[in-house]
Amino acid sequence: MGTSWAISKRELRAYFTTPLAYVFIVIFLALNGVTAFYFGGLFDRGQADMQPLFGFLPWLYLFLIPAVAMRLWAEERKAGTLELLMTLPVSTFNAVFGKFLAAWIFAGIALALTFPVWITVNYLGDPDNGVIIASYLGGFLMAGSYLAIGGFVSSMTRNQVIAFVIGAAVIFLFMMSGLELVQSAFRGWAPDLVVDLVRSFSFLVHYDAIVRGVIDIRDMIFFVSIIGVFLFATMVVVDLKKGA
Amino acid sequence: MDRMLQIEGLTKQFGSFTAVDNISFSVNRGEVLGFLGPNGAGKTTAMRMVSGFLTPTSGTAYVGGHDVTTAPLEVKRRIGYLPEGAPLYEDMTPSELLAFISDVRGLSGGTKRETISTAASRINIEHVMHQAIGTLSKGYKRRVGIAQAILHDPEILILDEPTDGLDPNQKHEVRKLINEMAKDKVIVISTHLLDEVDTVCSRAIVIAQGKIVADGTPADLEAQSELHNAVTLRLAAAQSDKAKGTIEAVAGVDRVVESEAADNFINITAYPKSGEIVIDDVSAALKAAKIDVQEIQAERGRLDEVFRRLTTAA
Repeated sequence: MGTSWAISKRELRAYFTTPLAYVFIVIFLALNGVTAFYFGGLFDRGQADMQPLFGFLPWLYLFLIPAVAMRLWAEERKAGTLELLMTLPVSTFNAVFGKFLAAWIFAGIALALTFPVWITVNYLGDPDNGVIIASYLGGFLMAGSYLAIGGFVSSMTRNQVIAFVIGAAVIFLFMMSGLELVQSAFRGWAPDLVVDLVRSFSFLVHYDAIVRGVIDIRDMIFFVSIIGVFLFATMVVVDLKKGA
Repeated sequence: MDRMLQIEGLTKQFGSFTAVDNISFSVNRGEVLGFLGPNGAGKTTAMRMVSGFLTPTSGTAYVGGHDVTTAPLEVKRRIGYLPEGAPLYEDMTPSELLAFISDVRGLSGGTKRETISTAASRINIEHVMHQAIGTLSKGYKRRVGIAQAILHDPEILILDEPTDGLDPNQKHEVRKLINEMAKDKVIVISTHLLDEVDTVCSRAIVIAQGKIVADGTPADLEAQSELHNAVTLRLAAAQSDKAKGTIEAVAGVDRVVESEAADNFINITAYPKSGEIVIDDVSAALKAAKIDVQEIQAERGRLDEVFRRLTTAA
């Protein structure tokens, strides 16, 4: 575990010594502001909650999280530092987990920096803070699962642009699987079981449940399992493709 | 026996291509092994397997008794490894990088600081410790790579082309460093520079197309040269025919080859039959024939010639 943390520290420092972290945080907060206040009408709707912000979050994450995840492995592969890293006494699990953890902490910092909205909502009205906390938790878990998927895609290539595009596409598929658009495409011919299965893989379905304030253990397990499965897949790819 | 590094039947296939083909050898403490071969011979692949980066298709390497395929972390703890081209995190400073390596290797506090400053002063990078690695010259990058490899004072040091791309002064420094560290370690360096073998290695393994084609001291390799124990001399061109005749008559001389030299002088090389030492006989014969010789010397043998023969024959 110590080596995982050493790797996380290095990664986090790399975020903040390059412009990446600042660019990401500024863009993330700006887009959050635009979507929540302009499109979501956070002030106009006259309700003291953060629904407008969290409603758009999955869509912001769709583009921003793959941008964080794309460099996780592709950059190491391209620069050859993967060889340096993987010949240190670090298990593949610790390397994969350490890198993921750093990215997750970073995404968490960006999400936490939306706190002025929370303060504003509390100042103007009397929101249900339980729902808001649940929403932050849901957003954080969703960021984690997006990162795990993006990191997995990143581990398969040395090209960061490819990692970004494919990462975003895979995440998009996971999001869409709960929407009526996809569901109706299946409903015509597939048995209900399959339709439900496809729906159960949707990020939006599980996320919406949490954001409504219903913290169901199954929704949490869903996100944690997605993270676990994709971290494991990343380990397999890193092990198999080290020399390539 | 102090067999710290033992390699048994190491093989790596990429698809149908065999990069490393069933190589076995062992290295004892105090040896500096030069891993020689043309580009693409499998040196880097072999080193990557020993360092635990690549998984062998078959066979394995033992480091201090630990099998790299079953106990990779134990092996990695005991090895210091410089990958080919010395890849480093370019946005870090050497000081940050060495701190990271120490963290991963489980050093902390005072030991960590001491270890880093020892390695930095040993490799002579103290004055660039706080500059981003990406902005350093190639020579400094290479040195940072070596500092990273020797940080934890490993028993086994594996350096893949440590002097590649360095200027002659930097090469000299790196070689000096390797010689200094050689006493109580196993050092394996790969190179395609033959003078490096002469200056730093106590043993050389030549590998071609994934197979070991020679294993011995640099002197052993030189002895395989046609030129080994040949006599080269320089004399006035006017006397060349007479001299050739005289030398050819010496027992033990196989053939005589002459080549032009500047200012009316000529070089003559007398190749001995099967490596016999003929220099005394040749010089005695020349003296008896009253031929003035400018210069006469016995050849040790030429590594480049042996290298070319070994690596192209296969």
